Amino acid sequence: MNTNRSYYNFLISSFAVICAFVLSANAIAADFSNKRIEWIIPFKEGGGSDTWARYYAPMLAKNLPGEPVIAVKNVPGGGSTTGANQFQSRAKPNGLTLLGTSGSTQFPYLLGDKRANYEYKDWKVVLATPTGGVAYINPDLGTDIAKLKSEKLVYGSQGATSLDLIPLLAFEKLGLNVKAVFGMKGRGAGRLAFERGETNIDYQTSSSFLKKVTPLVEAGKATPLMSWGALDADGNLVRDPTFPDLPHFAELYETVHGEAPSGEWFNAWKAFYAAGFAAQKMIFLPNDTPDDIVQAWRDAAAAVVESDEFKNTSQAALGEYPQAVGDAADGLVDLAINVDSQAVEWVRTWLTERYNVKF
Amino acid sequence: MLEAALEALVNVTSGIHLLYLIGGVFLGLTVGIFPGLGGIVGLSLLLPFLYGMDPTSALAMLIGLVVVIPTSDTFTSVLMGIPGSSASQATVLDGFPLAKKGEAARALGAAFSASLLGGLLGALILTLFVLVARPVILLFTSAELFMLTILGLSMVGVMAGNSVLKGLISCGVGLLLGGVGGAPATGEYRMDFNLSYLTDGIPLVVVGLGIFALPEIVDLLRQNRSIAGSETLGKGWFDGIKDTIKNKWLVIRCAGVGSMIGALPGLGGSVVDWIAYGHVVQTSKDKSQFGKGDVRGVIAPESANNAKEGGGLIPTLLFGVPGSGSMAVFLGGMVLIGIEPGPSLVEDQLSLTYTIIWSLALANIIGAGTCLLISKHVAKITTIPYNLMAPFMIMVICFAAFQATRSIGDLFALFAIGLLGIVMKRFDWPRPAFLIGFVLAGQMETYLYQALQFYEWGFLLRTGVLIIAALTLISIIMGIKFGSQEEDQALKDTRPTNRRPQVWFAGFLFIVFLYGLYDAFKQSFLGGMFTGGVAIVMLILTAFMLYKLTYGNADDPANYDYEVQGSHVGQAGLVSLPHYLYWLGAFLLGVYFFGFILALLVFFIAFLRIKAKASWLRTVILTACAMAFLMIMSRVMVLDFPRGILQNLTELPWPIG
Repeated sequence: MNTNRSYYNFLISSFAVICAFVLSANAIAADFSNKRIEWIIPFKEGGGSDTWARYYAPMLAKNLPGEPVIAVKNVPGGGSTTGANQFQSRAKPNGLTLLGTSGSTQFPYLLGDKRANYEYKDWKVVLATPTGGVAYINPDLGTDIAKLKSEKLVYGSQGATSLDLIPLLAFEKLGLNVKAVFGMKGRGAGRLAFERGETNIDYQTSSSFLKKVTPLVEAGKATPLMSWGALDADGNLVRDPTFPDLPHFAELYETVHGEAPSGEWFNAWKAFYAAGFAAQKMIFLPNDTPDDIVQAWRDAAAAVVESDEFKNTSQAALGEYPQAVGDAADGLVDLAINVDSQAVEWVRTWLTERYNVKF
Repeated sequence: MLEAALEALVNVTSGIHLLYLIGGVFLGLTVGIFPGLGGIVGLSLLLPFLYGMDPTSALAMLIGLVVVIPTSDTFTSVLMGIPGSSASQATVLDGFPLAKKGEAARALGAAFSASLLGGLLGALILTLFVLVARPVILLFTSAELFMLTILGLSMVGVMAGNSVLKGLISCGVGLLLGGVGGAPATGEYRMDFNLSYLTDGIPLVVVGLGIFALPEIVDLLRQNRSIAGSETLGKGWFDGIKDTIKNKWLVIRCAGVGSMIGALPGLGGSVVDWIAYGHVVQTSKDKSQFGKGDVRGVIAPESANNAKEGGGLIPTLLFGVPGSGSMAVFLGGMVLIGIEPGPSLVEDQLSLTYTIIWSLALANIIGAGTCLLISKHVAKITTIPYNLMAPFMIMVICFAAFQATRSIGDLFALFAIGLLGIVMKRFDWPRPAFLIGFVLAGQMETYLYQALQFYEWGFLLRTGVLIIAALTLISIIMGIKFGSQEEDQALKDTRPTNRRPQVWFAGFLFIVFLYGLYDAFKQSFLGGMFTGGVAIVMLILTAFMLYKLTYGNADDPANYDYEVQGSHVGQAGLVSLPHYLYWLGAFLLGVYFFGFILALLVFFIAFLRIKAKASWLRTVILTACAMAFLMIMSRVMVLDFPRGILQNLTELPWPIG
């Protein structure tokens, strides 16, 4: 009898809890007390995006109303499309599920990969983490760009539809004779191949260039060639503030061709550059999230970026660039996602013709 | 250097450091004992604490955690035949047969003492190697790495068992299966059947579990006995330690090989234990007991795989390129703590590097020592009737497989590979050869393609390539020289007369290769070259095998059928081979329709009541334990179990939703 009664008590109290939960969801929306937030990272543990999320998670939690727990949930697979698809189809608009995307999530979406069944335009951005990139070459090749065009260059790549699209297209338009060797397991593997002398041209994102290639430059084993640049408020390519002494891609293009780059291909390059670098990692809330919840998240992100704790530690963990919150984040999403369809078509055709990519 | 070494020594032995190290070790042991968990889960448990901790203590905890994972996963490899991670797959080959002989404690004793010694030797080698590692590692280009995969592949010869032809074809199946998913050169999807799960290839953990663990579970269930086969256990853990000491030279060789191969970025740790296992078989005069419970088959991979973790630190620390999944996690943790990998770790921060390496050695001693002490007690698990354990085993391997990509596809792949494993076991097609092929396929193809792009065919004449080729040749010759073993007379006397089932299976493999070839022709030249090449060679070999099985001499050692010649034949109450496959299949269908949790609930109750004939009370208690375990895991690890059609149609409360 006794067990029966406690069983009914249990049922009743669970029912009460569920009712309270359902009712409270609307009443006091932007309070996360005693809540557990799941932050979907569509990559494996230990990688760049995972580390990025785990760096941010405790600080965001601290700055949200009610100080909830934020747990990182890794859903890898399908080149990061699996996790994004899951977010698109399952996440509820209650501010308790987030998605952290990366350039590798943006590219399949833009290119219309059949595995990408998610819609960025539905989502609400909380924060965007930009980065840049620097290309460098073997010092034996010299620094004369005109001479470089006659050299046989070899580049170790992860694949033509990965972020390597940016360097591959840039090299081609500079008129460089670059052979891409695929199958690299990451930018680290590409750098290793460069150090072994198997390749003679390579690029790294800003922070890993600073930490891992700068020592090579100092030892005379690498020469920086150009940065990808940075986008100003009007979407123009300008010098990367982290590498002010280094010409950006458009400058180098002008040196080579005598005129500034323009046309469909350059629009396409800039759009994919924005999606891959200028807005490389982003935090999103799902479709239809109420404004007050979105605002709570955006405020938290803004507070994190302003905090002393962040200022003291972010350079080591995230690199040199200012984190985009609020309107700045909206602006970056706009650049990265609203790519005009002609530019996309141009890139798809180029990938098919040049690298035999089937869509 | 001496100064740095002294400073590191002070660091490592300081009280706080030691305390955090021990904390990390115990966390690692607790997590690592569950197959499929490991460094990754440990890290997510650790991270909330790591953040804001002072760097030295955080680092100590991180090392303690990562290092002992390949130590404690030995428990399930030996006791249950479930490879806890890809690093202990070779341990299963002889560890589990020892457990079945009732010598589980001995196998564990040997494994952990070998782990301990191997880890220590690895740290010793690293202390010196780290100073010269950078230029040495840069000598290993894609050409040398390709040649190393060939050296790994040559181990197939000694693991082929009674028929070299079967060994080669098994390896070919592995190579072809390893080619599923994106082609390294072009990114084209091969043999993906339009399933997005297959575009990433089949995870190694799932293949290891399916090919080794599932067939053993079915076999034990049919025989309805405990793993040890009796109530009492034979030789104890101390005998295991004595075995290790007796084979000290083997330990030294395997630790050396382990730390060196572990240090090469790009080859990864999953090959190390197979090379060590192949090495011990090659160099042993008496090979008759390998695969049936030779303790040397436990000592070799275990001494290598702990040394490997140390080796794996080198590319992680010096180049920021992690060699394995757990090293990737370690690297992520280091970045969070604020330690940046790079050449400066040797040039300016040598004491930090030494602190890391020696913490690793210390963690090894504490971890392996603890395991050694408890192994005697844990070994008793092998005396439990298998019917009671089986549902837990099924739960554990499904859970472990599911950790690979957290997709329901993991469970289907597990079942499919399990079926292949069961048939391969029945007709004695060597499963280790299959797994070696699978492990090496991706790297072999990638490095061959890259070497050809970088050097063209001239890569074959590089000094490093020639040296490794010579080693490969020596390894093959040694394998032949020590000769293959004479078969048991009992096997010769009981050769099956009905060879039709075997022919069917060989025919099935022929069709698989035919499909591989067809698929290769759909790809571009670079995308289909490797799988197509494998398929062509294997089609020829399989055709030959088919001919041999159909028209050849019935006395050929290749003619084997476990259902005719196995020791279980003729036992009373033996159920048919597919019987438990129906159970598993029904469970899988249940997952597909109702989700993992509900399906497992029903499976537990049905199995315990019908098969184990347990009382209702016992059934409820055991089922409740299993469910509680899953709830806790789901909560702690932030993971959703596979959902079924039901969950996609309606909204259900946690945990079944």
